[in-house]
Amino acid sequence: MLLGAAMLAGPALAEAPPQGAATPRRVVSMNLCTDQIAMLLAAPGQLVSVSDLARNPRMSAMADEARGFAANHGRAEEIYLLRPDLVIAGAFASGPTVALLRRLGLRVEVLEPAESIAAIRAEIVHVGALLGRHEAAADLLARFDRGVARSARREDRGRAALYYANGFTSGRDTLAGEILAQAGYRNIAADYGIATTTHLPMELLVMAQPDRLITGARWPGQSRGEALLEHPALARAAPRLAEVTDRDWVCGTPFILRAIEALR
Amino acid sequence: MRALFAGLGLLVAALWLASLLTGPAGIAPAEAIAALVRGGEGPVPIVMTEIRLPRALLGLAVGAGLGLSGAAMQGYLRNPLAEPGLIGVSGMAALGAVIAIQTGLALSAPLALPVAALTGAALGVGLLVALAGPRGGSVTLILAGVAISALAGAGTALVLNLSPNPYAANEIVFWLMGSLADRSMQHLWLALPPMLSGAALIVSAGRGLDALTLGEGAAAAMGVSPAGLRWRLVAGVALIVGPATAVAGAIGFVGLVVPHLLRSRVGARPSALLPAAAMGGAALLLAADIAVRLILPERDLKLGVLTAIVGAPLFLHLIWKTRSGGRV
Repeated sequence: MLLGAAMLAGPALAEAPPQGAATPRRVVSMNLCTDQIAMLLAAPGQLVSVSDLARNPRMSAMADEARGFAANHGRAEEIYLLRPDLVIAGAFASGPTVALLRRLGLRVEVLEPAESIAAIRAEIVHVGALLGRHEAAADLLARFDRGVARSARREDRGRAALYYANGFTSGRDTLAGEILAQAGYRNIAADYGIATTTHLPMELLVMAQPDRLITGARWPGQSRGEALLEHPALARAAPRLAEVTDRDWVCGTPFILRAIEALR
Repeated sequence: MRALFAGLGLLVAALWLASLLTGPAGIAPAEAIAALVRGGEGPVPIVMTEIRLPRALLGLAVGAGLGLSGAAMQGYLRNPLAEPGLIGVSGMAALGAVIAIQTGLALSAPLALPVAALTGAALGVGLLVALAGPRGGSVTLILAGVAISALAGAGTALVLNLSPNPYAANEIVFWLMGSLADRSMQHLWLALPPMLSGAALIVSAGRGLDALTLGEGAAAAMGVSPAGLRWRLVAGVALIVGPATAVAGAIGFVGLVVPHLLRSRVGARPSALLPAAAMGGAALLLAADIAVRLILPERDLKLGVLTAIVGAPLFLHLIWKTRSGGRV
């Protein structure tokens, strides 16, 4: 928590407003993950709008901060009317929306999701460069690196399984897999050669005999997909209390350090 | 006919055993059976008792229920096209189940789920019986069935799309196509008691259905009460299809294919077709559920996909036959 608070203090340490023609003055982010990196790095007044998802405390680690910005819903029309000089979109953004914004003459930068600590470091540097905020980026990167070094553990904490709604699991090439490995767990997905996020039959999960089960956060309303996590076989196979993946697990941002900390 | 029942019984037993022994974990048959019988600690007994046993038992119960309801509806409506999945009875049950789940009723009272589903099924089958009646007209039955199916499917999609849960909308496929993957014993205990009482009601209507083959007037003359027969049929089908759909989704065509295949083997007598169709339905659903685990083991292929691939051509063939027979 202290770590998170220290990171949030970042944008408040205001540097001089960006100068020069290359530095964008009106930036719109339309992706939950780029929203958070942009909020951590942007100069006061530089970021005009973030996506509406960034306000959702279930998904966003910076829901309160996001309320200080206008919300957009990823629609070309509303984004164009904000008159941005830089639009930051995620790779999952709708292709036609990005194409339309570019045709309207806007500069749109599409960022891949950061699925590892190395990718998060690269993303911080990249967004810092896009925003002309090299110093803020270097500062955030240094704090993130210190947190990563502190969180790294050599000891083995046992075997863990990630299990989400509809019976999906994540392997080592995903952000959740990286969080698990960094916290000192061996991921049972490796038993079955799973490196990405894919369906894992419950039988195979039980046969892998995990020491710890980490399940997805529950959403309001009901679904069969989530009810699967209450299957009696899971309770018998992994009796240790299940950890729940939440907003700190969603995006490749420095907030994954809180997720790693929570797994201890 | 005794040979037919013995053969069906053997087939169901063999498929039930095969269902228990099929799964991604690749447990050796001897080890699997030993773990199932003796129980104990470790992953193999958990897989056998908590995952595979409920799946095999539900396949047996749901398949038998669908076969029995199909045979009963065809007997009463005197129309080979009547089938709970095709004419919207399963769809209405799914709508009831989805409403119970999304309003939170299913969480507050466990029985709310099967009760809501069987209420939906009863509405569907009641509406059909009122519209089509026991005179065997195909056009009314099919048109009413199409309307009820469309309404139920749209209602289910609407409820799931309005849900605040991000996973709910993806579940439209389950409610339309059905699946037995990862069900637990809790689902079996929820569905089995009403399904058994529904089966008892339908079997008790067997003689009435036999009499009805001679025509409504003849049946009434033989002492069969039309209102009593109708009540038993509606309640029996709803008690079976409702809970079955609540735990396994809407699986179509089982109640169509099985009675069609077996009708001539039992001398077209409804009372004999009922138990034969129940056994055949169990065999078909168990076989389909084994196939979905062998064809695309990682993808949770839906059961209704397979039953539709087998059943839809047969349905078209039946429509062709009723058309050329001039009985519309």
